Amino acid sequence: MIEMQSVYKTYPNGVTALNGIDVTIEQGEFVYVVGPSGAGKSTFIKLIFREEKPSKGSIIINNKDVPKMKWKDVPYLRRDIGVVYQDFKLLPKMTIYENVAFALEVIEETPKNIRKRVMEVLDLVGLKNKARFIPDELSGGEQQRVAIARAIVNHPKLLIADEPTGNLDPDTSWEIMKILEEVNASGTTVIMATHSKEIVNTVKKRVIAIEGGLIARDEHRGEYGYEI
Amino acid sequence: MKFRTLKRHFNEGAKNIWRNGWMTVASVGAVTTTLVLVGAFLALMFNLNQIATNIEKDVEIKALVDLTADDAEIEVIESEINKISEISSVTFSSKEVELANLIESMGEEGNSWELFEQDNPLNDAYIIKTTDPLDTLAVAEQLEGIANIQEVNYGKDVVQNLFRFNELARNIGLGLIIGLIFTAIFLISNTIKITILARKREIGIMKLVGATNGFIRWPFFVEGLLLGVLGSIIPIVVIVSGYLYLINNVSALTQFTFIELLPFNPFAWQLSLIILSIGATIGVWGSVMSVRKFLKV
Ligand SMILES: Nc1ncnc2c1ncn2[C@@H]1O[C@H](COP(=O)(O)OP(=O)(O)O)[C@@H](O)[C@H]1O
Ligand SMILES: [Mg+2]
Repeated sequence: MIEMQSVYKTYPNGVTALNGIDVTIEQGEFVYVVGPSGAGKSTFIKLIFREEKPSKGSIIINNKDVPKMKWKDVPYLRRDIGVVYQDFKLLPKMTIYENVAFALEVIEETPKNIRKRVMEVLDLVGLKNKARFIPDELSGGEQQRVAIARAIVNHPKLLIADEPTGNLDPDTSWEIMKILEEVNASGTTVIMATHSKEIVNTVKKRVIAIEGGLIARDEHRGEYGYEI
Repeated sequence: MKFRTLKRHFNEGAKNIWRNGWMTVASVGAVTTTLVLVGAFLALMFNLNQIATNIEKDVEIKALVDLTADDAEIEVIESEINKISEISSVTFSSKEVELANLIESMGEEGNSWELFEQDNPLNDAYIIKTTDPLDTLAVAEQLEGIANIQEVNYGKDVVQNLFRFNELARNIGLGLIIGLIFTAIFLISNTIKITILARKREIGIMKLVGATNGFIRWPFFVEGLLLGVLGSIIPIVVIVSGYLYLINNVSALTQFTFIELLPFNPFAWQLSLIILSIGATIGVWGSVMSVRKFLKV
């Protein structure tokens, strides 16, 4: 479902973040992306949903040629990809319910289905009783669960998470990890950049290690492999 | 776009009015101020225009026939006059009628002129009106060229000054109104931009979730429309009641027959509609302009 071939990325300021990435990820996989800070993990992830364009190389996602895609087609690519961030990226003036519903309004779902489906995912992440709250009234872990609910509400084929537990304490991190595993168990591909040695070494999955813009290691049921 | 989505956008736009609190108040204030001024100018301009038109309508040309002209020559004159295409009416006024008019217009003093009734020194005349008052000068020139016309009168200075004044008033008024409208658009788009800077992040988030530019823009469009409509309420009330007051209390002016204010009904309602449309346009324009550059995320 994801195929990258000799992908390079140099930012306008001259920094080269990716230096020739070749990788294939199949539907239904769970993949950790690890590596030191500044290695290029976030850049790698941003290329997948066209937040950034590669300077060189090809990226095919769900049979779509992402770098060649026109601006107006980008929103449709993103509807098939749920994205979760370290800083949650929730809409601050909207309620939890409205935040999750937004992803369905975008695809013009019927109000009836929206109501049903939003309550369903809020239930899944354990926040049904906080639907009317605004993000600021929730803890970090709860906000991240809302972000995951929003990311999966329209049944995307792919969920990508950039350090989703980066701002959370260990207990909360495990809760988030559990939800991501459930999402993956239902058939969704999950790609997760992380610095959590504990998680990677406990819940064994495929590990892609990026160092200096190159894939240094790609192992099934791999280890974290760094000290922090 | 499906109808339910349109409904969603209207809902969302209305909610934003509420969510933005003081920024909404500031934007509505900007629109209100502008529209009160624009409305007053419009009322003034439409009335000036009306007065000018009334005066223009009264402009007539008097062509005096040579005292020596005989009946046959007078007939030639008449057919020559009728050849001029820009005229709307030609009336013959014999020297007897002219004298009677003169005596009447002079009141008491006119009595002494009655002596002349036996030996009338005045000319026969043609009174001519043009279809378009602006053609007055051109028609007068043509009349001067006709044989046996002794003199052509049309209050040259008055007509020229009036036309010049009218044109000037219209242009200045129009310039002021356009200037005001652009100021308002600038104000409102700046006000919204302040909220947008805060919303820039939000727009980025919406795009990450897969919203198209149109989907993001619609609620802003609705919000602008509502801001404009809200901003027109006070101006409409002020202008309509002000105009009503003016009409009821400035009857003193109306002793000059040509100063006749446009009647309250329908003018006040037409003006309200114009104010509302300008308000809505300003609101939408300001709002949509301010969101434009944040959409390419
Ligand atoms: N928008 C950007 N503009 C310029 N340089 C960037 C940008 N984003 C990331 N970089 C640089 O690219 C390199 C890789 O960054 P990133 O992909 O964020 O790494 P990681 O997520 O692994 O910490 C870093 O040197 C970073 O400074
Ligand atoms: Mg990063």
